[in-house]
Amino acid sequence: MELLLATTVAVVVGAAVYLMLTRELLRVILGGVLLSYGINLALFMAGGVEKAAPPILNSDGVPAQAMMDPVPQALILTAIVIGLGVFALLLALGYRTFEEHRTTDVASLSGVEHE
Amino acid sequence: MTLSLHLIVLLPFAAAAAVPAVARRFPRSAGWLLLPLPAAIFASLLVWLPRVAAGETPAAAWAWVPAFGFEFSLALDGFGLLFGLLIAGIGTLVVAYAQSYLGPDEDRSRFYLALLLFMGAMLGVVLAENLLTLYMFWEITSISSFLLIGFWHTRTEAREGALKALLITVLGGLALLAGFLLLGLAAGTMSLRELADRAPAVVAHRYYPAIVVLILLGAFTKSAQVPFHLWLPGAMAAPTPVSAYLHSATMVKAGIFLAARMGAVLGGTELWFYTITAAGLATMVLGGFLAVQQRDLKALLAFSTVSQLGFIMAMFGFSTDAALAAGVLHLLNHGIFKGTLFMAVGIIDHATGTRDVGRLSGLGRAMPITAALTFLGALSMAGVPPLNGFVSKEMILDALLHPPVAPNGFTRALPVLAVLGSVFTTAYCLILTVKIFLGPPAAATPKPPHEAPARLWVPPALLATGIVLLGAAPQLAEGAVVVPALRALGAAADRVHVALWHGVTPALGMSGAALALGALLYWRLPRVLPILERLSAFPWNANAVYQGLLRAAEEGAQRWTRRLMTGRIRDYVLYVVGFSAVLIGVGLGRAGLPGLHQALGSLSPLGWVELVTCLVMMGGAFLAAAAVQRIAVALGVATVGFAMAVLWFLRDAPDLALTQTIVETVSIIPLFLAFGFMPALRHRWTGPRVHLGNGLAAAAVGLVVGAVTFLAQGNRLFDSIGTFFLENSYLLGGGRNVVNVMLVDFRGLDTVFETTVFGLAAMAVYALVASRRERGGVVRPRSPLMINPIILPAVTRVLFYLVLVFALYLFFRGHHHPGGGFAAGVMAASAVVLWALAFERTAALAMVPVHPRHLIATGLTLIGAVGLGAVALGYPFLTHGFGHVTVPGLGPVEWATATLFDLGVAFAVAGAIHWLVAAMSDGIPLEQEHIQAYARSRPEHQGGE
Repeated sequence: MELLLATTVAVVVGAAVYLMLTRELLRVILGGVLLSYGINLALFMAGGVEKAAPPILNSDGVPAQAMMDPVPQALILTAIVIGLGVFALLLALGYRTFEEHRTTDVASLSGVEHE
Repeated sequence: MTLSLHLIVLLPFAAAAAVPAVARRFPRSAGWLLLPLPAAIFASLLVWLPRVAAGETPAAAWAWVPAFGFEFSLALDGFGLLFGLLIAGIGTLVVAYAQSYLGPDEDRSRFYLALLLFMGAMLGVVLAENLLTLYMFWEITSISSFLLIGFWHTRTEAREGALKALLITVLGGLALLAGFLLLGLAAGTMSLRELADRAPAVVAHRYYPAIVVLILLGAFTKSAQVPFHLWLPGAMAAPTPVSAYLHSATMVKAGIFLAARMGAVLGGTELWFYTITAAGLATMVLGGFLAVQQRDLKALLAFSTVSQLGFIMAMFGFSTDAALAAGVLHLLNHGIFKGTLFMAVGIIDHATGTRDVGRLSGLGRAMPITAALTFLGALSMAGVPPLNGFVSKEMILDALLHPPVAPNGFTRALPVLAVLGSVFTTAYCLILTVKIFLGPPAAATPKPPHEAPARLWVPPALLATGIVLLGAAPQLAEGAVVVPALRALGAAADRVHVALWHGVTPALGMSGAALALGALLYWRLPRVLPILERLSAFPWNANAVYQGLLRAAEEGAQRWTRRLMTGRIRDYVLYVVGFSAVLIGVGLGRAGLPGLHQALGSLSPLGWVELVTCLVMMGGAFLAAAAVQRIAVALGVATVGFAMAVLWFLRDAPDLALTQTIVETVSIIPLFLAFGFMPALRHRWTGPRVHLGNGLAAAAVGLVVGAVTFLAQGNRLFDSIGTFFLENSYLLGGGRNVVNVMLVDFRGLDTVFETTVFGLAAMAVYALVASRRERGGVVRPRSPLMINPIILPAVTRVLFYLVLVFALYLFFRGHHHPGGGFAAGVMAASAVVLWALAFERTAALAMVPVHPRHLIATGLTLIGAVGLGAVALGYPFLTHGFGHVTVPGLGPVEWATATLFDLGVAFAVAGAIHWLVAAMSDGIPLEQEHIQAYARSRPEHQGGE
């Protein structure tokens, strides 16, 4: 299980970095999104992989014997929501870049004065 | 009534802050208004004097960063007091002098601001009781000196001089900081008083040589010792009051001050003795040698200062009681006579319009008072009795004859060097006096020479009384300042005897010889000068080295910048990911193998559903990376996202699963923009080799991150704090969904910021995309996603409300079950998204009666109100309350302020996403009537054309 998840992290992060290295703005941005997925999964694994109960207490408010670590989950929840905001912002920036410079080729944007 | 130590140091800073306001109101007389401040500090120090002389050391400390031993602690011992009197006393005179020296329209605001900044910093240096406090003020003196040298910033030499001074003193300052930190490590304390007790341990420490070298680098650069002397002549581009104050009387003595202070801890060793004495006497001879060649009076004084600083510095290498006494007294005397001389030269400059030695002559008749002042200062510097310079110079020469080590070639050379330096001193003092003031009046000066007004000569005249007074009655200084200063430096002070006349001694003979030979040199100067100039023209002088280094640094920086900063994002991403991968990879390779073994040994069983999910994720990632069509790339990313939601569900993270699903859905909105208005992807931009390179880099990064992930979960070095949250979630937070309780309660502050950031992102998107278009944008291509089938609108009319109800449901169960404010907020907004997909985007906006901006504001206000409510009740910010109330007919009902907080989160998140929809759908080409309908629905935007 650990090996499987770690491999998934490796593949997702690798694909994300590959996308970020390309010259197409949209690919770079989507690569960023993919990267956040990979890192979220890595963060989750830091909390342990063993199967356990979800971090929801019973009606007396007492934790069960084996329960998932809630800390990575809280962190990832925050990251997912922020990720949406960042994604939207990046796309808006990319869109404006295209609007200003009429290209989405990252390489040809080098040295271009903004607005 | 006297000022406290902290007030003495901080008042000049406070006054500096007030200077701009004062100078704006009284642009021409700011100096007079500021005059009481240094005078009051001087008076306060005088009030402290009897107590300090009696052996007391008043001290005061404010804790600053106590964890690092960083205290803002001050102490006033005899040595600090001597300096404090110099700083405040000459400071008072300089403030008055500068008021008249500066032209009526010059920027007094900037001048006095920097001058007061310097005064406070310098007082801080000499009163500091903590190494780091001292260092901080030390650097402020460098900065204020930079500002003052560059005061006439339109002149090239002022800018270059300022930069040179800053570079050299600040580089020395950095060495000093390193030395202080090592010293602190070696001694285990940053307090100067405690350091003195630990001197033996420090001297024996293996860091000792490094400490000495680093601290002396700081001292030598500040006090312009060879080979760092070159900044001081350049600093003469400053207005003359500044030269008199910073660059002769006070700041340049900070290095000597430091050497003296540190001598109590680091002194008494051969390393200390040889380094300082050699540097000091070399500086003295070289400074004098260069001074006699100068044509500019201020440059002459600058090199003379260099020379004298070396002369004094040598004394603090000796560390004998006699040498310390001689050094301390000459320090005081030099401040007095050199300050006088500088101000006198400033008057000459003012009155004649030139400082060129060749053009000045016979000024004595026209400027008798200035002549008298200059004669007093110069003769004192040359060591003519009965002036103050004579007294301390005799003491230094005498001390030089009694070195602290066994006599050898070096020690025997010292008196010879001192006499040689003094010969130069005599010669340039004669230039200052005989050449300038006696003889026939000059043929032509830019202005006809005339005596200066009293307000210009009174300050130097006041200072000059010290020359006579401390010459005729040096014992005045002895008891009041010299002996307490020596005590502070760790000398057995009662053995010092300061007197004008010591009888016929070897030192007297040396003095006499220096005066006679110096007069001879002056007489034959026209003959000797060409020889001296040829000697000083050798190519490897310090200035050439400085210029070469400066150029090399600038060119090197430019070359590297050009090479690294290519402007291509790909390169930057490569730097970041490449360096991280290499660094982490190396770390893993060195430490990770045992961990790998352990991690491989304790694998948990593979689940089949998880396997399939992970395979889907990997497939999605591959698709995203390899796809040519952008829709395929987006699909690949979305596949990963949804598979991830499944994985969260499988691995017992229901909140994550829920949020991820909703977020994935809403992510369609930003993609509208990309697909509607950006061109299709092109893939022929890069060649196969670049692709291969990218692929290798990506594979390396993926491998490293995967390995770290794998090893990290195999190495549980400590218990997770998660246990605490599990056990206390219900007890302290009143909720059973631990993740939700963490977000709204335990880590509530994080959530406040996060929600704010989310709102800001929405605002930024709006600003980037929509607001521009309202001003009339470009014609846009038609959206490919303009789908308007029949079934979707029909279903949506029902689904819209169902989704809203579901959002409400998610919200209310959130504290105990999966759900909560984030999920509810995103879900509510997704109803709007749905509407936007099914109908016109504008119509979706009209479905919500509140402007999204107000929704965000309401949410954030609610969050803030909950947090502040706790404060109002006396609890820390964001403390939540919860409990049960019995409502008639309903039984016990739970309440929790955390719910209100969560409601705020939900509002803000929903508003933000709503606004994203608004912003992005603005981009979609609208039929004219839609635009009008939209404008009607948002009346606040109509007036903003």
